[in-house]
Amino acid sequence: MQKRHIVGVSVPRKEGWDKVTGEARYVDDMVLPGMLYGATVRSNMPRGKIRKISFDPGVAWDDFVLVTAKDIPGKNYIALILDDQPCLASETVNHPEEPILLLAHADRHKLRKAVESVSIEYEPLPPVHTMEESEQQSTIIWGTDNTFKSYLVEKGDVDTVWKEAAHIVEGEYFTGAQEQLYIENNGVIAVFDPENGVTVWGSLQCPYYVHKALMALCGLPEDKIRVVQMETGGAFGGKEEYPSMIAGHAALLSIKSGRPVKIVYDRMEDMVATTKRHPSRTRHRTAVSKDGKILGGEIEFTIDGGAYATLSSVVLSRGTIHAGGPYYWPSVRIRTKALATNTPPHGAFRGFGAPQSLFAMERHMDRIAQVVGFSSVEVRRRNFLKPGQTTTTQQVIREKIDLNHLLDRALELSDYHAKKTRFVKENKVGMRKKGIGIAAFLHGAGFTGSGERYLNSLVGVEAGADGNVRVLVSSAEFGQGTNTVLCQIGADALELPYESVAIAQPDTTVVPNSGPTVASRTAMIVGKLVQSAAQGIKDTLTKTGLLGDNYTPEQFCAACRDYIAVRGALKSYARYEAPGDVYWDDEKYRGEAYAAFAWAVYVAEVTVDLTTYAVTVDDFVALQEVGKVLHPVLAEGQITGGVAQAIGFALYEKVVWQNGRMINNQITNYIMPTSVDLPPIRVFFEELGNVYGAHGAKGIGELPMDGPAPAIVNAVEDAIGVRIHSIPLLPEDLFEALRPESLEQNALSSARGTA
Amino acid sequence: MNSLPGMGAKCEFLIAVNGETKMVLAHPMERLLDVLRNQLRLTGTKEGCGEGECGSCSVLLDGMLVNSCLVPVAQASGASIVTIEGISVHVLMSPLQEAFLECGGAQCGICTPGMILAAVHLLEKKPEPALADIREGLAGNLCRCTGYMQIFEAVAKAARRRVAK
Repeated sequence: MQKRHIVGVSVPRKEGWDKVTGEARYVDDMVLPGMLYGATVRSNMPRGKIRKISFDPGVAWDDFVLVTAKDIPGKNYIALILDDQPCLASETVNHPEEPILLLAHADRHKLRKAVESVSIEYEPLPPVHTMEESEQQSTIIWGTDNTFKSYLVEKGDVDTVWKEAAHIVEGEYFTGAQEQLYIENNGVIAVFDPENGVTVWGSLQCPYYVHKALMALCGLPEDKIRVVQMETGGAFGGKEEYPSMIAGHAALLSIKSGRPVKIVYDRMEDMVATTKRHPSRTRHRTAVSKDGKILGGEIEFTIDGGAYATLSSVVLSRGTIHAGGPYYWPSVRIRTKALATNTPPHGAFRGFGAPQSLFAMERHMDRIAQVVGFSSVEVRRRNFLKPGQTTTTQQVIREKIDLNHLLDRALELSDYHAKKTRFVKENKVGMRKKGIGIAAFLHGAGFTGSGERYLNSLVGVEAGADGNVRVLVSSAEFGQGTNTVLCQIGADALELPYESVAIAQPDTTVVPNSGPTVASRTAMIVGKLVQSAAQGIKDTLTKTGLLGDNYTPEQFCAACRDYIAVRGALKSYARYEAPGDVYWDDEKYRGEAYAAFAWAVYVAEVTVDLTTYAVTVDDFVALQEVGKVLHPVLAEGQITGGVAQAIGFALYEKVVWQNGRMINNQITNYIMPTSVDLPPIRVFFEELGNVYGAHGAKGIGELPMDGPAPAIVNAVEDAIGVRIHSIPLLPEDLFEALRPESLEQNALSSARGTA
Repeated sequence: MNSLPGMGAKCEFLIAVNGETKMVLAHPMERLLDVLRNQLRLTGTKEGCGEGECGSCSVLLDGMLVNSCLVPVAQASGASIVTIEGISVHVLMSPLQEAFLECGGAQCGICTPGMILAAVHLLEKKPEPALADIREGLAGNLCRCTGYMQIFEAVAKAARRRVAK
């Protein structure tokens, strides 16, 4: 039987053939009769009061559909967490490119010209552009203190450790904004009719987020909103919350015009107006014993949320919990906050806060090593978390993870020690310096803390009279392999061939709410529910006596046919139940932050060219423990893709800001890695399993975003002996860091034991 | 209605697309990409950036790999175009498509049609490419999902199979 060979095997991607033949249908491939195109008129200033909107009399405005905030039938906000972001600004604008007015027309060329023919006058208000200005609170732009959210994590008594410390090591680290840069821009089509309400087809990750936002915006009940996910050309978090905005705009234009409306951004609009990774600043102050053990420390982690709260509180949460890395802290105080600035809101991006705080932690570990006088390897060894110890949130590590083993294996795979010795010799001459760096880290799978409990996900499995099975989930495919992996799990549970199980297109009138497709939760949490729901189908057929043990697909088919002939339909649902032993305190930020962690050690080898100031990565080893690998080819693809994106985060991708607006909003001058820029990315897995995931799977999608940046910058320091605190590290940034003034500053802080 | 500023009046153009001659009525400066997608409904060719950086709109124009977002339709007049839908007329496509599937060369799929056309073009010039040739040959096509490793593997595999035949 096929049963034993479905999970853990690289079966063909479900929608793979459609993708390699060009048959796959993305939203921009869809055209509806009578369809108009929509466009957005946006603010051109960071903060101000809207005084007057005027329309160039040379344009035949009667031919256009025009929507302002006054046309909104429901609430003028994008429903998410705090509901503070307007769908269309009406009195004030709080960031550049904020939507103010919508236009639609059948002719895209005329539409473009019309957008340019609207002029808006403002009374400017003082803007806030940096985290420092925001926390000074001399100008308040959000709430009473410019702070969307803050957390405090406390473990042990950190105030007493400083006097015992042999060394106190300080450091400050920065990460920049990063554009998700999915190759398919954001896009939707909306249709309204009074009888059925609003239907939206779109490129998106979370159909039920859009559903919830449209209910509030359109003032329509649940059953009058339908959201359908089309094939989605990359997302990486960038299509988690933003689709609610663009879907809202298309829906408003369709309600006003009574016609289908398509809005598909071009690249410049997508880059300038939609979300990016939160820029961050992390400060570490760590008490270390003379034998290199962390006694305790203070960590301050701050992120720039942009103009509205959107998902910043949740991004901050993940960054907070990951701030201590995979190390044992006898005591720690972690203070974190998400601040408002007058830029477009920053949002979800693979890793979700963890790449930021882990960059700081892993740079800081190398700093600790230098101050204490141990190697980068040794200082990590002495501080790794071990089973039975607790994390910064006092979660007991129950997994049998052996980080020393993981480290040893990564060092061996990368030939770390031999290379390290060789580079020291070779670097004595020439302008091209080689270095090697490591990063050890962890990534929690699923929603943080009580998040999964609140989500309360529901999954369905349906069998047809022909014996074919459909998995019903709102979990979306956007490249990661959702369709394939969930069908593997379903087929395995039902002892059917992989080909007999398909996944329903996410459509809120067809699939239940299995939660958003985020947080590396799909394989682990939704997968487990698919397994239970599929088991439910089997149990139903067995209990009714239609199916015996060890059945063939033909017998399964006959049983389904007989069952459906009598009862009409065969469906089974499974709802998430929080494991009884997972405890989390939202107030104290204490407890079991995640049901499982994935663990990793990455090693980067770099060359720093002191003539061009360019850094290239020559070799990359990515070793991780992710529980059971359900599909080796897909899993490897998640890691290589994540590492590539993280190499971009470290070395290539820089958002250039001017008055709160991204000014390099083109692929021409915002550089992502091409096929000639990347090293061989060598991927290795360890499989410990996980009791909470389907077949022992954990999350995998975000993990590879966390480690590469610190491993690379650690390698740069190894190569040239200069401390770098900030990414992205483009040649001009390295040039700056190597100027005599910068080096002097560096030497001074070194003498003080601070970074 | 037939003329737009800077685009000139609509003209008739003959273009051979995937082996079939098509008459299109378009402004001379209209992008080949839009003519393929909107008039001929060949939506396998994708728009990623609209400025010739990402390669998602790659097609073959008289055997040359071009970004169809940068080609005015007038320039394609009389030319022979191959798009991803041209699978049946192009012997290289199928082994490449199979290899992309097996190796995980397609994730979200949006860059895939352009990437496959770039690979077709490469294998025509270099039937037995070294890794460096593959990297160079695909350098005009951005992929944000895979980190390219599995795409390199797919192209190498397709080349090996083709040579073995």
